[in-house]
Amino acid sequence: MATLLEVRDLKTYFFTFGGVVKAVDGVSYDLEEGETLGLVGESGCGKSVSALSIMRLIPDPPGKIIEGEIIFNGEDLLKMSPAQMRRIRGHQISMVFQEPMTSLNPVLSVERQLTETLQLHLGMSRSDAGREAVRRLDQVGIPDPERRVKQFPHQFSGGMRQRVMIAMALSCNPRLIIADEPTTALDVTIQAQILELMKGLSREYGVALIVITHNLGVVARYADRVNIMYAGKIIERGNAQEIYRDPRHPYTLGLLNSVPRLDLPRTEKLDPIEGQPPDLVNIPLGCSFRERCRYAIDQCAEDTPPLEHIADGHSSACYVSKQLAPAS
Amino acid sequence: MTQLQQNGNGSQQDFLLEVQNLKMYFPVTAGIFFQRAVADIKAVDDVSFFVKKGETLGLVGESGCGKTTTGRCVLQLYKPTAGKIMFHGVDLCTLNNRNMRPMRRQMQIIFQDPYSSLNPRMTAGSIIGEPLVVHGLAKSKAEYKERVGELLDIVGLNRYMADRFPHEFSGGQRQRIGVARALAVNPEFMVCDEPVSALDVSIQAQVINLLEDLQEQFSLTYLFIAHDLSVVRHISDRVAVMYLGHIVEIADRNDIYADPLHPYTKALLSAVPIPDPIIDAQRERILLSGEVPSPLNPPAGCVFHPRCPSVSPECMEEMPEVREVKPGHWVSCINVPGYGTPSYQLA
Repeated sequence: MATLLEVRDLKTYFFTFGGVVKAVDGVSYDLEEGETLGLVGESGCGKSVSALSIMRLIPDPPGKIIEGEIIFNGEDLLKMSPAQMRRIRGHQISMVFQEPMTSLNPVLSVERQLTETLQLHLGMSRSDAGREAVRRLDQVGIPDPERRVKQFPHQFSGGMRQRVMIAMALSCNPRLIIADEPTTALDVTIQAQILELMKGLSREYGVALIVITHNLGVVARYADRVNIMYAGKIIERGNAQEIYRDPRHPYTLGLLNSVPRLDLPRTEKLDPIEGQPPDLVNIPLGCSFRERCRYAIDQCAEDTPPLEHIADGHSSACYVSKQLAPAS
Repeated sequence: MTQLQQNGNGSQQDFLLEVQNLKMYFPVTAGIFFQRAVADIKAVDDVSFFVKKGETLGLVGESGCGKTTTGRCVLQLYKPTAGKIMFHGVDLCTLNNRNMRPMRRQMQIIFQDPYSSLNPRMTAGSIIGEPLVVHGLAKSKAEYKERVGELLDIVGLNRYMADRFPHEFSGGQRQRIGVARALAVNPEFMVCDEPVSALDVSIQAQVINLLEDLQEQFSLTYLFIAHDLSVVRHISDRVAVMYLGHIVEIADRNDIYADPLHPYTKALLSAVPIPDPIIDAQRERILLSGEVPSPLNPPAGCVFHPRCPSVSPECMEEMPEVREVKPGHWVSCINVPGYGTPSYQLA
């Protein structure tokens, strides 16, 4: 399979009065065509900023992509002019946002919002675009699409709005969809519906997906590969089975151990990660996780551990990763 | 039958809180000058349950199912439309504001959102100390200061943080302030309304452990409201599942997770993602079609029937009552084996 997206040493900083916030600090990863990548981390770890950087949607000022390359389909997105970038956005790369209420325009009908990209990117006539909009709504499982397409976002429930967002993201047959916490605002039963829908559509049309989430459970079933982020860096990456079955970074291990699980016997006490994530203005020298880490050694305070190879396609940025292998 | 009575009935003294046929309808009004009620939103419709002393009852359901409204009715933050809320044998609904005030010292609430539930203009110390002033619990300034410091210690914050403002704390620390505030009056009973859902995963476990430690230390009784079924399983002794204003199933924690009886509970449990791709792929997933109907216009008959995978024609006739089908396991579904032969009815 061909590589669709290559992110190389991306650094996105925000220049604020309080100092320079290193939201994304040297992130590199690849995405194959048709692949689903999970980008997992807690709030403020830079996962959303790294996705917005791909779309070049970082508010400037205060934000700036100061270094790196984002090669999509052989071309560096960071070298493109704003006009070239507009032809990519919504056409070849599209995005599904977290809050379906705030990301849809409340004063435009769903039809208008769906047809805008079709007319702009595919040059469809208004009537063709209208028919296409109905077809797309039908595809994402909205009942009675002819009537619903005329309605406004407030007439839709949360799950239905997220379906509209997905229909919009799909409308120009993109090669890549970035979904930023697509199910966080939704209930569990609706979350299951939306995830099944996204995965099904991605398989059917061969669209690559980047799913950004803070919930390790959400991507376990759907992602081919998973990147775990902490304080602006990828600290572990690998295929989904390895990340969940054989985590090699103390942070990944901590995340997996701190959530109660329905499939395992109930434990008396949860095993949390102590402390707080670091302030991104003053990231401590060395490993940014070391103050919360149980396995920290002296070396962790001196150098930042690089991502090191563990197994095929599995790497971890930790000096003690070899010792974290399961005992069995 | 004897076993039924032991498990199900218990003795009334064990119940710290007993809610009987609680109804909370919010009127929908029309008109500008003379507001007429044109319809009711049946947020909570005929809900009955009890909480025993020292236990944690988990209340789960999706957004809009009435779980938060139930919690607020219990604390008389809303005046219920109908029903009884017996706390220590006293019906709270019959008390006036003056008589309610001493009761509030025994029951407190931890709110969901630690960002909006703390007054940004008050310091952490004055937020925690306010209940002491309101209820006249501190006799001197020194005693007040000592008690605030003690509360900060209990929830794992430092005493010097009393002079800081809420914006200087992280989400997890703010939730600790909320917990300290609730503890200030030495309550017996606490409603925890989604106390961890706004927090990051690694911080959630810290707060859950804190709540469990406090329960042990101060023999607290919790009504734990949440939508995260894995968290509820961890913290609760018994679990009640709500759907569209009704409780559809109540049972002991182990019972409800090992053997869910109501089709909604089954679907809810199957929808919870498990952080292990191999195990998750092997699980049977029941995908419910459609969405939760509006409580303004709930379906006739069983409220779950439009989405139910095992619906039968009788389901459209009336909402089934909650019945005990196994010792300590109540459910409201006519298609559950054993439902047709009532042995015991919940209050």
